[in-house]
Amino acid sequence: MKNFDSEKHVRGESQFVDDLPVPEGTLYAHVFYSRVAHGRIVSIDLSAANAMHGVAAIFTAKDIPGENQIGGIVQDEPLLAEHHVHFIGQPIAVVVADTALNARSAAAQITVEIEKLPVITDPRDAFLNNELLVPPITFELGNTNAAWTQCDVVIEGIAETGGQEHLYLETQGAFAVPAEGDAVKVVSSTQSPTAVQRTIAQVLNIPMHKVEVDVLRLGGGFGGKEDQATPWAAMCALASSSLRRPVKMILHRQDDMRMTGKRHPYSSDFKIGLKKDGTVLAYEAAFYQNGGAAADLSPAVLQRTMFHCTNSYFIPNVKAVGYSCRTNLPPNTAFRGFGGPQGKFVIEAAIFKAAEVMKMDPFFIQKKNLLKNGDEFPYGQIAERCQAVPCWNLLEQKISIDDVKRRTADFNSANEWKKKGFALMPICFGISFTNTMMNQASALVHIYTDGSVGISTAAVEMGQGVNMKIHGIAQRIFSINAERIKLESTNTTRVANTSPTAASTGADLNGKAVQLACSVLLDRLKQFVSEQLQQPDSAKIVIRDEKLFNDGKETEWTWPRLILAANGARISLTAQHFYSTPNIHFDRETSKGQPFAYHVFGTALFQVTLDCLRGTYGIDAVNVVHDAGKSLQPVIDRSQAEGAIMQGIGWMTMEEIIYNNEGRLITDALSTYKVPDIHFTPAEMNVHFLDSSENPFAPFNSKAIGEPPFMYGIGVYFALMNAVKAFRPDVTFPVIAPMTPERALCLLYKEVGTLAPSLQ
Amino acid sequence: MNILECIINNASVKIPANHGIVLLDFLRQHEHLTGTKEGCREGDCGACTVLVGELQGDGVYYRSVNSCLMPLSDVHGKHIVTIEGINQPKELNPIQQAFVNDGGTQCGFCTPGFILSLTGYFVNNGKFEPADALQAVDGNICRCTGHTPIKKAIHHIVDSLKNNSAADGTFLSYCVEQKILPDYFLAIPARLRSINTAPLTDVHIEEEHTIVVSGGTDLYVQKAFTMHAEKIKNIASWRKSIPITEDENTIHIPGTTTVEEFRLSPVVAKYFPELKRQFECFGSTPIRHRATVAGNIVNASPIGDMTCLLMALNAVLTLRDAGSSRKIPLRQFYKGYKLIDKKYSELIESVSFSRPKSVTRLSYEKVSRRQFLDIASVNTTMVFEQTEKGMLQCGISAGGVAPVPLFLAKTSEYLNGKMVNGDTLKESLRIAQTEISPISDARGSAEYKRLLLRQLIAAHFMKYFPGAVRKGSLI
Ligand SMILES: Cc1cc2nc3c(=O)[nH]c(=O)nc-3n(C[C@H](O)[C@H](O)[C@H](O)COP(=O)(O)OP(=O)(O)OC[C@H]3O[C@@H](n4cnc5c(N)ncnc54)[C@H](O)[C@@H]3O)c2cc1C
Ligand code: FES
Ligand code: FES
Repeated sequence: MKNFDSEKHVRGESQFVDDLPVPEGTLYAHVFYSRVAHGRIVSIDLSAANAMHGVAAIFTAKDIPGENQIGGIVQDEPLLAEHHVHFIGQPIAVVVADTALNARSAAAQITVEIEKLPVITDPRDAFLNNELLVPPITFELGNTNAAWTQCDVVIEGIAETGGQEHLYLETQGAFAVPAEGDAVKVVSSTQSPTAVQRTIAQVLNIPMHKVEVDVLRLGGGFGGKEDQATPWAAMCALASSSLRRPVKMILHRQDDMRMTGKRHPYSSDFKIGLKKDGTVLAYEAAFYQNGGAAADLSPAVLQRTMFHCTNSYFIPNVKAVGYSCRTNLPPNTAFRGFGGPQGKFVIEAAIFKAAEVMKMDPFFIQKKNLLKNGDEFPYGQIAERCQAVPCWNLLEQKISIDDVKRRTADFNSANEWKKKGFALMPICFGISFTNTMMNQASALVHIYTDGSVGISTAAVEMGQGVNMKIHGIAQRIFSINAERIKLESTNTTRVANTSPTAASTGADLNGKAVQLACSVLLDRLKQFVSEQLQQPDSAKIVIRDEKLFNDGKETEWTWPRLILAANGARISLTAQHFYSTPNIHFDRETSKGQPFAYHVFGTALFQVTLDCLRGTYGIDAVNVVHDAGKSLQPVIDRSQAEGAIMQGIGWMTMEEIIYNNEGRLITDALSTYKVPDIHFTPAEMNVHFLDSSENPFAPFNSKAIGEPPFMYGIGVYFALMNAVKAFRPDVTFPVIAPMTPERALCLLYKEVGTLAPSLQ
Repeated sequence: MNILECIINNASVKIPANHGIVLLDFLRQHEHLTGTKEGCREGDCGACTVLVGELQGDGVYYRSVNSCLMPLSDVHGKHIVTIEGINQPKELNPIQQAFVNDGGTQCGFCTPGFILSLTGYFVNNGKFEPADALQAVDGNICRCTGHTPIKKAIHHIVDSLKNNSAADGTFLSYCVEQKILPDYFLAIPARLRSINTAPLTDVHIEEEHTIVVSGGTDLYVQKAFTMHAEKIKNIASWRKSIPITEDENTIHIPGTTTVEEFRLSPVVAKYFPELKRQFECFGSTPIRHRATVAGNIVNASPIGDMTCLLMALNAVLTLRDAGSSRKIPLRQFYKGYKLIDKKYSELIESVSFSRPKSVTRLSYEKVSRRQFLDIASVNTTMVFEQTEKGMLQCGISAGGVAPVPLFLAKTSEYLNGKMVNGDTLKESLRIAQTEISPISDARGSAEYKRLLLRQLIAAHFMKYFPGAVRKGSLI
């Protein structure tokens, strides 16, 4: 199956925001942001900047005609800081000039006087200071208090995970053009066209119908452009509507890294209780989420942490509490997995620690407690079509874990300075926005008189292949040449009130809407032909490869003729359809319900080699059995899975976000923030798709793919821990991710202590 | 020379020479060649990769470079190739097709850079190996695919081209035949020859504020937004035709030698064959195509890899100032953080070190957060003569552990004349700790860097005295 998007990409012909030809008179915007993490703005001096060459205008909070507000879930975040600043990188002013360089140079001339206030960067400090973004969330199943006494072993500990920079290769950007009256058209690199539209309307104090947002494609999003693409679009719109000139803003990488939020770091407490045989009876966890300075999507992310706090295991007694903590860092935001990875890491840490104490293999405990049909999740949903055990078993069929264990031990006893380690990582990930109202999508399908088809949906193409999946759905229904079908840009005037393209649901929701819209058109066309052919049963009309068959016999009719004739007969060649996921609900008060349409399962095996002299490591093999349903586009799904796994591996290994005590990002460039490169890919990576399952909640029994495989990456951390323990069997270690080469070496030589020569 | 003349894809272009901007901006903003992307402007993502073709012998040699770091002033007489310049009119070329087939592109933002890096590899090599082809994309980062699908694509391309690669050694025509390149490439050598290029023979830096640019891989990272307004003097082509040579006593390296030229030099390979592979950890292929030996030294970064190596080898710099020149040992060149013993008008003409003897041993170690395309947390080189009387002429350098590239004078002195055993090793590790003063930064905490240097010195010993390093003495 041809992939039209890929073909444009490899020729460099795909257009991103910065590639669009700009109209004459376009101005360029640059953001001036706070260099102080917390403080009161005493004064802002724009005079020197205003006098700079090429400057058209400088906008601050007081220039906003509408509301200075961009908060989504909680209205707690200004577009431009007015009285206070809450993080380094918080936008204060927007400089607009004739060139991007002049705007940047002028911004450097802005001075602000800020009275400094105390800075908090650690979520537990924030918690102790009662700095919570929203009230705590609690999930409870069974009764943990009663269960502890029945356990043979109870273990408590702390687990920590770090942040993660999205590092979409295309930085944030937008381009606004004034339209008639006070309307504005904005091209934005956003996952949430409607959020951009709504925010601009609010900022400019105009109705939403005057704001048109258009999204062609994104050079990667990963959640980083779900909420945080909005400010740049709003700033461009503000400048453009005020100056009546087109205004473009493309963030420089370093500015992007400093101003935008990342994956939430978590520090968590856990307590796990098991029977002697490895059965987990009870689990408690307290999650301290580092939310940053404003709510952004943090409450929803925290909620997903809770949903996934028991990963792929059934635990009868669970109590999880989550705190979304306000710190003076850029507001952290959506990132592939949306809090799920952070929740899963903690239960895996608990199992690893339990195994250490019980002198068992962690995989023994993992396997023993896998979810089965009929088991209850902590949020009350019952596991159905559960593939946790089948995935695990198939992986074991392909690779004997006992064998891996033996070979690892053999290698380790033969090698003093190199140690191998391995770990298994099962996953279970719920599909649907956990905010039930967001599970809706619509599609608009036009058939033009030449037989070509244009499809508009709410889905944003950002590399995940949603366009080609939808393309395939339409082609399958119409049975016409692929070249006839085109996916249009995502545009708020064609498809309104859209949910963001997020939560892995893009193809599910929009694909269903397209499936429905295309079916309506097909029925309409069949009805028309059956009248022409005097066939009383329109179901006997079939289109196959552009030809029409009547009761199995080929007719003179072809797709182009059909379309032209239908148009001549004044049959509508346009259909719009809406889809909302059935049967899902969730009660926030009780934290119970049926939030997910379905779950995605799988198991991964990681094998690593650690250089115990240098602390460096490589990944020997990753073997996965993944439940992908009946894949709509196997090439896309495989690439998605492999890419997600690697991103998860990066989060667990070399990717480290460092802020100093003043709240300044130290790793603010690609030279200091490292993501996996081609040399770091596992020597072997095999992703096997479980051929299975019916899934009525996605088109043609497919399953969502975007996020779930990310969480396999957690396995690499525990595989490395396993290798560390092979070198230092005598020592127990804190569970803190990422396992950078620095952390690995410091664990290996834990007691060496300070090497600095004493001053005496 | 007031006009720069070059060929961009299939078009001959003349550019007023006062353009101080980088090639990336010229391509995107002036030529509207938007297939070349901006991802970082610091040489670390490869989205901006283009090929730069230069006459070499009868043909044209194409190198991948980061257009975000290449000054436009350096394009004269060269063939600049962007993704638009390798597209076939209708079909996909075999590299492009493999990326499509194997899911090697998702969002597409990184993709043109990958395709160009690979094209550069196939155009320059007659024999294709998957490992080498993978090496060619070591400067390209893909956040979407995680590179596994790209790896598959590369294997498939190499497999399909491997067995019938250019029999007559004319890679260009072979690539045209295979549709890796469009056929206008065949005329490029002749077109480049028709551009008047005068080699830069002598350089005078008259004004103090003139910025000397060689590869630009340091200067444009730090000063990307101000460089365009500066007065710059491009010396990349100065003494460019001179290779690395050896005479009876000495190895000579011209200052403008690129790191890649150094890495592939037969002279270097003759004495230190391991360096070819080890210096793959220096930046990336496109960075090494531009980064120069002198630039690394003058940049005075405490973690410069070339500097670390040359310092242990006790290299001597030849500094040229208009007509005169002087020599200074590299070990005496650094006076403080980014302070060097050099006048603004002095240029590093060449670097030399003693010709290694048969007993000369070299060990080079570098650990960074990511093994490739990353700056060292700590690097170190040990050079010595392995004799029956013990270690002689010992020199150990260390980077990342002081404000300057450091020569571990006391440690080296201590080891001179010593037989290596567990005790001498231990004592040398202890002395080394007294010579360093690392600070905590993005590349690691001070404590880590201390520990790491200790480990890496132990690693030097392990290579040549495996018995001396015991687990028990390090824990
Ligand atoms: C992505 C990336 C990765 C990198 N990785 C590494 C790495 O792994 N290891 C490493 O050591 N470095 C690395 N670097 C740094 C850089 O590439 C090297 O320091 C390189 O050797 C600099 O050489 P250049 O010719 O590009 O210097 P330029 O940027 O041209 O110049 C640097 C300085 O040297 C001066 N200069 C240049 N040539 C001369 C001369 N002949 N005489 C006098 N002064 C001169 C210039 O005036 C300037 O002050 C990396 C850089 C980037 C962007
Ligand atoms: S833009 Fe990233 S390497 Fe040039
Ligand atoms: S395809 Fe998106 S970065 Fe490579």
